[in-house]
Amino acid sequence: MSSSQLYEAPEIGLTGWSRWIWRQLTSMRTALILLLLLAAASVPGSIYPQRSADPNGVALYFDEDPVLAETLDFFQLFDVYTSIWFSAIYILLFTSLVGCVLPRTKIHFEALKAQPVQTPTNLSRMPVFESSTAAQGIDPVEKGMQILQKQRYRVIRRGDSISAEKGYLRETGNLVFHFSLVGVLIAIGIGGGLSFSGQRVLAEGDTFVNNLAGFDSLSPGTFFNPDNLAPISVTLDKFEVDYDFANETNIGAPLDFRATVTVRTPEDQVGKTALVRVNDPLDATGASVYLTGHGYAPQVTIRDANGDISYSGATVFLPQDSNMTSIGIIKVPDNLPEQIGIVAFFYPSVIELSSGAYTSIFPGVIEPLVSLNVYTGDLGLDSGIPLNVYALDTDRLTQVAGRGTNNSAVEVKLGETADLPNGLGTVTFDGVKRFASLDIAYNPGQFWVLIFSLLSLGAVTVSLVTPRRRVWVKATSSGFEVAALSKRDDPKLEEVVRELTQGIRNG
Amino acid sequence: MTIVLNEALSQQSLLVVYAAMAVFTLAFLVSVYHLSQAASLKDKNLKSVVVFERIALALTILGTLILAVGVFMRGFAASRVPWANLYEYSITGSLILLMIYLISVRSKEVRIMGTFVVGFVLLVLGTAVSIFYVQVASLMPALQSYWLVIHVMVALLATGFFSLAAGLSGAYLLKTANWVENAKTTRTKNFRKIMEIFPSKETLERLAYRFNIIGFVLWSFTLIAGAIWAERAWHRYWGWDTKEVWTFIIWTLYAGYLHANATRGWTGKRAVWLGLVGFAAVVFNFTIVNMFFKGLHVYSGL
Repeated sequence: MSSSQLYEAPEIGLTGWSRWIWRQLTSMRTALILLLLLAAASVPGSIYPQRSADPNGVALYFDEDPVLAETLDFFQLFDVYTSIWFSAIYILLFTSLVGCVLPRTKIHFEALKAQPVQTPTNLSRMPVFESSTAAQGIDPVEKGMQILQKQRYRVIRRGDSISAEKGYLRETGNLVFHFSLVGVLIAIGIGGGLSFSGQRVLAEGDTFVNNLAGFDSLSPGTFFNPDNLAPISVTLDKFEVDYDFANETNIGAPLDFRATVTVRTPEDQVGKTALVRVNDPLDATGASVYLTGHGYAPQVTIRDANGDISYSGATVFLPQDSNMTSIGIIKVPDNLPEQIGIVAFFYPSVIELSSGAYTSIFPGVIEPLVSLNVYTGDLGLDSGIPLNVYALDTDRLTQVAGRGTNNSAVEVKLGETADLPNGLGTVTFDGVKRFASLDIAYNPGQFWVLIFSLLSLGAVTVSLVTPRRRVWVKATSSGFEVAALSKRDDPKLEEVVRELTQGIRNG
Repeated sequence: MTIVLNEALSQQSLLVVYAAMAVFTLAFLVSVYHLSQAASLKDKNLKSVVVFERIALALTILGTLILAVGVFMRGFAASRVPWANLYEYSITGSLILLMIYLISVRSKEVRIMGTFVVGFVLLVLGTAVSIFYVQVASLMPALQSYWLVIHVMVALLATGFFSLAAGLSGAYLLKTANWVENAKTTRTKNFRKIMEIFPSKETLERLAYRFNIIGFVLWSFTLIAGAIWAERAWHRYWGWDTKEVWTFIIWTLYAGYLHANATRGWTGKRAVWLGLVGFAAVVFNFTIVNMFFKGLHVYSGL
């Protein structure tokens, strides 16, 4: 007997506990607390750099204080919005939401079908109440019914009184709002899984082909399939910048960036020309192309001592300041007695400071100069490890020109040629191209996120501005009584009763 | 592409803003005087001091008109809408708050909030002219979008409604505070007399709720419009940029406020406090996040 009790007790207990936990989870109070927790849990993501938005900031943390960074990383503070604890809060919140809203939907459906409630016995107890005498030969209850029906109340007459109700949209809006939020979450999830976004830096004349090899970097969603990449190519024909020359305090501020591109598809090899601007991406089938950055790609040619070309082309230089002083790395692995690495500075409009250093004083190309710090030795290209094209590992290199050596940095003006030190050869500054940083992205869910967001906004607005009113009219021996009740804040309730009373009295 | 900037006109606009501040200072002083006079009335006949309220209101209207001129001049000086950096948000936002107040001032319960509104506006404008001022500059290409007009304007409108609601909530909390309701010292008793001129606590709570729901709807729109713009400018509609995070936090806090108003045990003081926490986040977002946090929304111009 006692053993069977022991056996059965946990089973009942488990159901009981589950029921209790479910009831707690779906209570309004828990939802509120989860909502506030969600707000609080979002804060650290604005304090610590996030891998998704600012990977360099995260790297900086690891450089400066590895122990602290490890600790923060352990608590997922660099990935707050995909962290276990953040996910736990919003999953619980949405579970609570569904658990709360589903039964309410059932109740609301029943309310929509049901008749207005019984007229209370004592109307004078209602928050708004008026009594009046009725005009001769008029049935106040019948008259009240006509007025309320015209105002689209649901009215029912029971004996000498009517009971009317209006504002079912309040709860409908409320429920649609909550379901739409679930829709938003699902669309975010599915859309994010199917989405991708990639980056590509293109110098003028270069072409991007929309396949895995075409990206400099790519962040694919969980369900991303590279086979689904639309077979398009984008050629950067021309990149133009308008700078402000006219306004004294604003000189050099960029006014407009324009990338002229040609888009080709397998069906259309000639291609179509389009303009991509900031805020004005190119929407192609299966991907959009966004303009997110720009800079210079100076063209240089390096020749060996015999005058044979060992390197020639446009190299992307990364801008360092608003006047576009830029740094680029040129690696010449072949065709020379030694491998050469160059850290090059590009000044579109150069001036010499009193210290002897150069700086650019305008972002446009007026007086361009390339200055090269030259290294020789082993570039490390044969190790098989992919190297950053924007960095030069100088560990196994010897600097032969530039600050700290016997040779000053090699300076070349546009169209000119200068000698490299130690009889290595020459360098020619052939021209200046511009480059554009393009983001290529696709998210099939974003349309649905927008639809559900707008639906939730519309629904919550309707819900907040619709009062749920109950109005009663009752015939008395001396005339009639009118009373009304509202579910929440209802600024017009008194007016409604006053006007209804007058309407009945005036016949 | 060329633009015309007129810094000289902007400097004149600054002078006009100073002039508006002078008028608001007068309005504030008269308003405070009205409150003190009304509180010391023995017979509670507020009509005898209504003249001060009227003077304060007239000064507020005058100051608003002057400020409007200043804001328009700034827009002309920059050849665009005057809300593209922190200084411009401040002056345009102040103008919007004043307009919301003046439109709702026909309701007697709101009129008494004049002291708060004008005081708050003085604080914002003071910070704007002393810390936030920047010369007129062209819009960076990322801000050249009609969404700047819509998204920022609606955000400023939402902030205006939230501000008024915060004032009403503050009045509610002062009125219902224990040290006011059960005032013992002469000083607190005098303060209670001032609070007695304010509408009943039910009215204050109801009005705060109404302003907050308008603010909430507008803020939701700000968030959605911002996401649409972000997709066009940055290839993704949401990326947890610091400003996006705080927009979300504010939305969540006010959603919590609405929720609290429908939750047993959370209505009244608790909900009002929650609304004020939401407003604190709005102020934090506007000042600290704009000026010190790293992110894509770098446009304070400082």
